[in-house]
Amino acid sequence: MATGLSVRVKQATPFAIDVAFDAPSGEVTALFGPSGSGKTTLLRAIAGLHRAEDISITCDRETWTDTARGIHLPAHLRPAGFVFQDYALFPHLTISEQIALSLAHRPAAGRRARVAELIAMMRLDGLGDRRPAALSGGQQQRAALARALARDPKVLLLDEPFAAVDWALRESLRHELMTLQRLLSLTTLLVTHDFEDVAKLASHLVVLERGRVTATGTVQDLTARNAVPGVTDWREPAVALDARVLAQDSTRQLTRLGATGLELEVPTVDAAVGTTVRIQLAAREVILASQRPEGLSLHNVLEAHVIAIEPATHPALRLVHLEVGTTRLLSLVTADAARKLALAPGAPVLALVKAVAVEAFA
Amino acid sequence: MDWTALGLSLRLSLVTVLLLLPAAFLLARGLAYGRWRGRGFVEALVALPLILPPTVVGYYLLVAFGRASPLGQVFESFLGHPLVFSFEGLVLASLLVNLPFAVQPMQNALAAIPPAIRDAARCCGLSPASAVRRIELPLALPGIATAAVLTFAHTLGEFGVVLMVGGSIPGETRTVSIAIYDRVQAFDQPAAAAMALVLLLIAVTALAVTNSLARRASRR
Repeated sequence: MATGLSVRVKQATPFAIDVAFDAPSGEVTALFGPSGSGKTTLLRAIAGLHRAEDISITCDRETWTDTARGIHLPAHLRPAGFVFQDYALFPHLTISEQIALSLAHRPAAGRRARVAELIAMMRLDGLGDRRPAALSGGQQQRAALARALARDPKVLLLDEPFAAVDWALRESLRHELMTLQRLLSLTTLLVTHDFEDVAKLASHLVVLERGRVTATGTVQDLTARNAVPGVTDWREPAVALDARVLAQDSTRQLTRLGATGLELEVPTVDAAVGTTVRIQLAAREVILASQRPEGLSLHNVLEAHVIAIEPATHPALRLVHLEVGTTRLLSLVTADAARKLALAPGAPVLALVKAVAVEAFA
Repeated sequence: MDWTALGLSLRLSLVTVLLLLPAAFLLARGLAYGRWRGRGFVEALVALPLILPPTVVGYYLLVAFGRASPLGQVFESFLGHPLVFSFEGLVLASLLVNLPFAVQPMQNALAAIPPAIRDAARCCGLSPASAVRRIELPLALPGIATAAVLTFAHTLGEFGVVLMVGGSIPGETRTVSIAIYDRVQAFDQPAAAAMALVLLLIAVTALAVTNSLARRASRR
């Protein structure tokens, strides 16, 4: 791969890992899997904190580790920003001090200004002189992010960044991370066992189980094919995809979103025209019809065709794979309805999507 | 009141603390973070002076420092006089006897630093040496202070080992603990009482300082 991160880790002890994956430059790649699948070990290997018999890490054409050639760039010389699960802020240093500490690679003259810049960027104004214990959970996470960004990292490593906070805070932290990612376009690795993080934040996905990769691809493709190992059996089928904000209609309080070959009207999304938002569309919210309906409270009627029909977790249901333009969607219908509509691969069908059924994350 | 003995004791304690702490810090760090073979054995060796009777420790040191031993001969060629029954011999004995008092508080303090904090230090761009200076030393400071206070106070009070290795030469090896014993033997109760009181006060102060340091550390 030209730019981005290329990772291969192989070890037999203390637990077996045999993993290789690429993380594209400027995008969020999620390392997803249950605890014990080796996610954190991979992150530590990338940071240079974990050593094993066979590791190869390349970042933007620069070799960080190559055991075959005896190369191991020490952790403190790697331009990587690490946000630890419990943040690992230094308890004896103020927030400004820990940010300044991470700026050793910059000329001394510009460091003070850079500290102020990062504090402002992470909305920590007025908190620079406090120690971590005097900060709330959310502020601590922003401080840990500021400290990681201070390294001017070529790759940002996030280890379960939302595990330490409660549900209410988690969603707002996800928004913050999303905003930051839009701003900086960093190559980011996000380790998580929560698929919500993947569906809302990641564009690429590496699924891990017991030290092996069980699936890899874009989040949109894997969710659209309902093919995420370890998730498909319990998560309601839902497609996660990126859509552009095409127009804002303030009188009707609607936002028009577009993906390839597909347009949707949804309740106002707080994002500027031209920006990209992540939307999720659950299969149970997509109604299928053979004729254009009238007199309904419906905003979105999409011309689609059937790609495949597969059994769903409930024996009375069918999961219908659709294509609208080149964008794939899923629809969950009863087997009875599938029969009545004579659904078959290749058949044209109308997909009806309520505006409120589209979950937008901006 | 034997001022010479008190002065000698204070000098011995200070020299012991200054020489022992840096070496003991490195050893404590190796024991706290290292995964090397023989670590358990070294740990046991360090703790040995805690459970061995001082006379036994003193006896072995006397043999090891003696003019017949290689160690004794090497030192004698440097010092120009025998190691045993000298201040230098006392310092060497004191360093060894105080190992557990210096190493253990620092080892505990270093081991209490979460591994993620040390990882974070590396990921923030700190070299191993700067990580020790900027992160480990400040965080282990209460443990280091405890080690210093304990070593100082314990050297001041050491009796058995000092008597075995140093004897009771005024101005050279007669420490205040030896002097107290001496005064009691000579039925000089007032002098013994005065010196005992001084040691008592020093010990109480040392403990008070250590406790307040420990409290401050746990508050953080």
